[in-house]
Amino acid sequence: MQRPARRTRLIVAAAAALSALGPTGCATTPDPGTVTVLNSATDAAEHDANQEFFDRCAKPLGLRVEQISVPADTVASKALRMASSDSLTDILELDGSELPQFAGTGGLRPLNEIGLNTSGFSDSATSLGSHDGEQYGVARSVNSLALLYNKDMLREAGAEPPATWDELRETAKKLTSGDTYGMAFSASPNADGVYQFLPFFWSGGGDEAQLDNGRGEAALELWKNMLDDKSVSASAVNWNQQDVNDQFVAGRAAMMINGPWQVPVLSEQDEVDWAVATIPVPEAGQDAVPPIGGTVMAVPKNEDGPERERNAAKILNCLNEEENQLAWGERVNNVPTRAAAAGRYAAENPELAPFVDLVATARSRTAQVGTRWPVIQDALAGSFQSVLTGRSEPGAALKRAQSQAADGEK
Amino acid sequence: MSTAPSSATATARAAALAPKPTSLRGRRSVLRRLFVLPALVYMALFFGYPLVRNVLMSFQHYTPKTYFTGEAPFNGLDNWRAVFSDELFAHSLWHTAVFTIGSLAGQFTLGLALAVFFSRRFRLSGTIRAVLLLPWLVPMVVSAVVWRRILDQDHGILNSALQALGLTDSGVPWLSSPSVALLSAILVNIWIGIPFNMVILYGGLQEIPRELYEAASLDGASPWRTFRSITLPLLRPVVTVVLVLGFMSTVKILDLILALTSGGPADSTQTLGTVTYQLSFLQLDFGQGAVVGNVLILISAVFAVLYLRANRADFGTGK
Repeated sequence: MQRPARRTRLIVAAAAALSALGPTGCATTPDPGTVTVLNSATDAAEHDANQEFFDRCAKPLGLRVEQISVPADTVASKALRMASSDSLTDILELDGSELPQFAGTGGLRPLNEIGLNTSGFSDSATSLGSHDGEQYGVARSVNSLALLYNKDMLREAGAEPPATWDELRETAKKLTSGDTYGMAFSASPNADGVYQFLPFFWSGGGDEAQLDNGRGEAALELWKNMLDDKSVSASAVNWNQQDVNDQFVAGRAAMMINGPWQVPVLSEQDEVDWAVATIPVPEAGQDAVPPIGGTVMAVPKNEDGPERERNAAKILNCLNEEENQLAWGERVNNVPTRAAAAGRYAAENPELAPFVDLVATARSRTAQVGTRWPVIQDALAGSFQSVLTGRSEPGAALKRAQSQAADGEK
Repeated sequence: MSTAPSSATATARAAALAPKPTSLRGRRSVLRRLFVLPALVYMALFFGYPLVRNVLMSFQHYTPKTYFTGEAPFNGLDNWRAVFSDELFAHSLWHTAVFTIGSLAGQFTLGLALAVFFSRRFRLSGTIRAVLLLPWLVPMVVSAVVWRRILDQDHGILNSALQALGLTDSGVPWLSSPSVALLSAILVNIWIGIPFNMVILYGGLQEIPRELYEAASLDGASPWRTFRSITLPLLRPVVTVVLVLGFMSTVKILDLILALTSGGPADSTQTLGTVTYQLSFLQLDFGQGAVVGNVLILISAVFAVLYLRANRADFGTGK
């Protein structure tokens, strides 16, 4: 899941800066009947929900699952420290965009080697879990971004949910009045902002492997125009995805870009009557290309205990059975990755159906650029931040971003 | 060390019974060294080792792979060259300097003014002083989140107040304009740092003998003259402590900036701290991250040496 930035990570990161240097070990006891999982389910409800699904799968196999949960932004560094002390868990649940970093180390087991059934998954989910043509991670459910809108505000303005960029700009203008902006998105200089920029960047023809291919500028211009029209707040450059949702719920934005993980918050409040539409595209009839997000489960290599790897694979196979995927997807408001489960999900949750369609055409951030993604992400963030704050023109910003990305490769 | 006192008394008792003075002296000096040992081991383990590792790391190609394979090939000056050739490094160095100097100047001036103000005792001075400590007690990240709301361009209370006073029409883009964001970060950091400065300086003021002020007032010195000729010179050692400690905690700022602006907009609030974080924990290039970390350590070390020197001058040679 592309999570809202967590404040706690700051402190933890600072502490991790020191501890990463020192030898830290917390060797897990290799009890043969237990499968250990490292994930980010620090929230009690999330932790329990995970445990429930793990137990459901482990009991019939005569196994037990033990979760080790740390804040989402520290999973990667925690996993690295565990790896250095040879105490990695049997299952590692990472954000999809972090998978290449781990797969690239050679420390993960290709899933087909341990008997994981990887057929019947959507292409986007498979690509989210793959690195260099090999599948290392499996996603139970995935998310993406869509346009969420305030039904009442659109009705009052006599507007329809916009389908193209021109309509988006017009509708946003029309919806802006008084304290309310027509549109809100996150343009923060981190993963949140980049995640939200990608559907525009990609739908316009932008290419993360060649940022200055001449087609990414259109998305920058669209964002900049909407800021200049004053139909998006200038504060968007500071907003993470959570802030955007807060603005929407407070009635200060009539439309927003956001993901299905906001559904619980949106359903709990009754101020705003909302609905989901697909992300607007440059020209009518085109397919939107949003990013695909979510966590993937991977199995670290365990040379001393091949049976541990097999046990982990059995659990993963069970978690990804159609029924379990569907139940899990409904629990976390994400779209199941098996095409069959996704179809049933769309039928049972018609209000979230646009997400199902979007996920089908969605693209993985790391499919093309793999381990270089963090550097490119940074360069992309720099480009929209400098354009939105009037520091540079779209063309120049992307040229600079490309040279940054190329420098980072060395 | 729980055993140290008992073994010390035991040795002392043994020493009292021992007839030979020479062996007594020898044993004593060994004992003295033993007392230093835990501190030495602690320093070596928790300061020496990480420091050496961090310096080494900056000359290594240290990536996620290293954690799995244990291999971190040395790559000479590659990391250093990559970091120094990135214009972001120069910018962040400049931002760090501006942020540090601006924060210290503001914190110190306001802290000193408040300390002097509260050193005259008046009704409720204790209570008000306690309230002023609040920013210090609130976790930095919480302060940052609250300030983000206060500084919001459209709905923040600061802009609402300024608009009500007719000082601005459209609201100041506190955090959304690259030319203002660093200033905003400094202002927030000043707010956070005032209590620390005030408390330490207030303590220093209490140490200054009252008689000196009485003598000055008998001589007819003006308040400003008294401040310059008595307060400031006698407060000097405390001022050094406050400034150096303030410097060291400000120069490595990370949490406040990340929570306030994430280094944006358009990298205008990137500091050495945020660049280290970005390189090490987002790009997972620990070698390059270590380079920036080392630069920070070096800067702090220079000021630590200056501080120790000033300390020696103020308090004698430590006899």
